[in-house]
Amino acid sequence: MSIHAPLLCVDAVSLSFGGLKALSGVTFDVAPNSITAVIGPNGAGKTSLFNCISGFYTPQQGAIRFAGEDITKTHPPHRAKIGLARTFQNIALFRGMTVLDNIKLGRHAHMRTNLLDALLYWGRAQKEEVELRAEIEERVIDFLEINHIRNQPVASLAYGLRKRVELARALAMRPKILMLDEPVAGMNREETEDMARFILDVKEEWGVTILMVEHDMGMVMDISDHVVVLNFGTVIARGLPGEVTQNPDVIRAYLGGTDVEALQRRIQGREAA
Amino acid sequence: MRIGTLKETYAADEALFDTRTQRIWLALFFLGLVLFPFTVGEYWLYIACLVAIHVISTTGLNILTGFTGLVSLGQAAFMGVGAYTVAVLEARLGTPTLLNILVAGFVTAGVGALVGLPSLRVKGLYLAMATIAASFILHFIFANWNSVTHGVSGINVPPAEVLGFEMARPVQLYWLIVPFAIVMVLAASNLFRTRIGRAFIAIRDRDISAEVLGIPLLRYKLMSFALSSFYAGVAGGLWAYFFRVVTPESFPFVYSIFFLAAVIVGGMGTILGGILGAVFMTLVPEVLKLAVGVLSPVLPDAVAILSPVRTIVFGALIVGFLVFEPHGLAEIWRRTRRFFHLWPFKT
Ligand SMILES: Nc1ncnc2c1ncn2[C@@H]1O[C@H](COP(=O)(O)OP(=O)(O)O)[C@@H](O)[C@H]1O
Ligand SMILES: [Mg+2]
Repeated sequence: MSIHAPLLCVDAVSLSFGGLKALSGVTFDVAPNSITAVIGPNGAGKTSLFNCISGFYTPQQGAIRFAGEDITKTHPPHRAKIGLARTFQNIALFRGMTVLDNIKLGRHAHMRTNLLDALLYWGRAQKEEVELRAEIEERVIDFLEINHIRNQPVASLAYGLRKRVELARALAMRPKILMLDEPVAGMNREETEDMARFILDVKEEWGVTILMVEHDMGMVMDISDHVVVLNFGTVIARGLPGEVTQNPDVIRAYLGGTDVEALQRRIQGREAA
Repeated sequence: MRIGTLKETYAADEALFDTRTQRIWLALFFLGLVLFPFTVGEYWLYIACLVAIHVISTTGLNILTGFTGLVSLGQAAFMGVGAYTVAVLEARLGTPTLLNILVAGFVTAGVGALVGLPSLRVKGLYLAMATIAASFILHFIFANWNSVTHGVSGINVPPAEVLGFEMARPVQLYWLIVPFAIVMVLAASNLFRTRIGRAFIAIRDRDISAEVLGIPLLRYKLMSFALSSFYAGVAGGLWAYFFRVVTPESFPFVYSIFFLAAVIVGGMGTILGGILGAVFMTLVPEVLKLAVGVLSPVLPDAVAILSPVRTIVFGALIVGFLVFEPHGLAEIWRRTRRFFHLWPFKT
């Protein structure tokens, strides 16, 4: 695969729930080592699109290719193994576990310990666990600045920290592509800025490609390289962040009117959408 | 009071018993187990063996129900499979005791995995129903597969024999059953330090996101069923050597409820909980028997109502713990320990 080939191709994907068309003919590419943002009003189909890419839904039509492999019909665990990681709009951490155990779970697919190793905790199991711990401590926990909470149960954490732990778990998967569903929704300004910085660092230092759904237009404008706009399950625009916000269709979809000024004010004023 | 500990290496931090105090207590506990047979009478050794068998089976069910979140009411029937496996092996082939017990574990694991097959599609109450159905089917097989199980009359089991020592009485069987319980409890604790155990808990907490992390649900649910049944099978095998006769009535449905109660009362999803639950639930009927003994002069019918009272007490314990202490005895134990660690600074 050449460096210019897209890492992820979404090719004419259509998905419907009964009569409701959640996605129709959605097509776009994600270039390696870029940040692509999917935006659009509520109910546009962004989460459904993510669910197709991570394998919860199988689209009725179209194909999804990742690193050259057609993954349209493969199971989620396989996708995890080949380098797709994601976070959820409404945080999907394991409440009964500590932060550390949640993050460790991210490496599951890349570990080899089998049932017998595990019961004996001898040789491979022990070696793998200690290596895993060191790697997570040094690469993930330090990086995301969550050292102080590593042994806390996730149920006791504030919302913003939980989002960060979920990101940590996804990073522990050593993904090629990281899909973030509304990573800063519900966060305050400071937390949002931290998260934006982490996302940029993940791209730049780890070389991970990022595909995110986000409502915070300020953040989208700041960090994304490419924007895809969905409305009623169809792609109505895509391109550079600057281009997309000039597009009259986008402005109409977003504001339900033609108030170009208002959108630009929102973008410049960096208000949360 | 105990001062906070600072771990030097990740390996030390990942250890099972991580502080010196813990290791000392553990050593004392093992010493106690070794001295126990020399200090008590036959009755308490009988209880100890029964407790150890129940600890194995409860720990197995805890792996499935407490850690993986799959409710099963088939644990007693699975023990039956193990017990019959040992009985048949002894009667037909006369193979060595330890081998028979292991084979009982593996055979039961296979049966358990089969029963677990619906677990990918059905959850909660429906899965519990499926395991109830499976246990009635197994019961039917025990009672009617005459050529193998000898129907309702059952099979007599010769005494266990290990390294030339015959083990017929509790004082001898103690040295077979208790080590099995220790090894199997330690193995279960190890499991939850690794990716396999974490995957089980992930499935319990939120199986959809477990899948996104690369955990194939069916494989792990079946693994949990098989492992849990392996524990039941070994417990059943030891049970056969302990009671020396295996009949279809040996493993009634209420016995499965007993194990579920032990998991709930002890504390779902903690290894300690399985142990405490098994000890507590084994002692409850004994205490009831004592009470009956005391009451019988004033209440002549006491003996007759023992059995229904026992069932009611099991039920009341399940409900009581679910309502008032859902984390079970293990949580009470944890709070008590915490109290003493912090005492006298904070209470
Ligand atoms: N599991 C489902 N069953 C039925 N309808 C669904 C399901 N998931 C999403 N939808 C519908 O699909 C549309 C797109 O939803 P979603 O992808 O969640 O939008 P977004 O994330 O952009 O807000 C909505 O109309 C929603 O009601
Ligand atoms: Mg959404």
